Amino acid sequence: MQIKSRVVNRTLYILLSGELDEYTAPTVRKNLDTLMQTQKGFIQIVMDLSELTFMDSTGVGVLIGRYKKMRESNKPIFITNPSRNAERIFKMSGLYEIMPKIV
Amino acid sequence: MKNVMEIKFKAIAENEPFARNVVASFILPLNPSINELEDIKTAVNEAVTNVIVHAYPDKSGYINMKITTIDNKVEINISDNGVGIQDIERALTPFYTSKPDEERSGMGFTVMESFMDRLEVKNNKDGVSVIMFKELEQVAEM
Repeated sequence: MQIKSRVVNRTLYILLSGELDEYTAPTVRKNLDTLMQTQKGFIQIVMDLSELTFMDSTGVGVLIGRYKKMRESNKPIFITNPSRNAERIFKMSGLYEIMPKIV
Repeated sequence: MKNVMEIKFKAIAENEPFARNVVASFILPLNPSINELEDIKTAVNEAVTNVIVHAYPDKSGYINMKITTIDNKVEINISDNGVGIQDIERALTPFYTSKPDEERSGMGFTVMESFMDRLEVKNNKDGVSVIMFKELEQVAEM
């Protein structure tokens, strides 16, 4: 599981690559939290899932956890490029109501 | 044609990729679509995660996985010898989680139900069996 990031126009773009499951979730949580705390100069986050090759409902828990942390500093998170199955799980869970999808 | 595969592996998160990929490998000769394959891998992973997270709170344990295919019908039985589920009906409710402090979505069984054709969850003498069924649209040409 790899996480790449860059800040462009005050937006923190995060690219998740690999598989997000119970095995990788603890590392993903830790790395995302570190990234969100150490990166400066952004007012919102775009989570790009185009290179996520596997995700189950564990991913929803991971994303909602990050949403709660960013809500404290008023920084919205947006989702982009989910796979077909990630999209179904997000719709089922209502995730897009708090982390909208952008194209 | 009927085919059967049965394996047993330790209930640890490291084994999740193995579990979903071994199921995918086993059903590949049935010529499933990519979407069917992804649905089954996701559902299997949800069931395996449940065992890892809930079945053995105080000890280590194992996951048993049996896959039976008859022509284009797939049956996957994932069972454990753990503590069981106190209230199955409640566990099947979307968003219900017995571990709300652990950033869990409570969507595992809902995903299994949605991605497979049918789901059965039952307590055994010891542990739980989750049995999932899916009929593949395409059958391998022989």
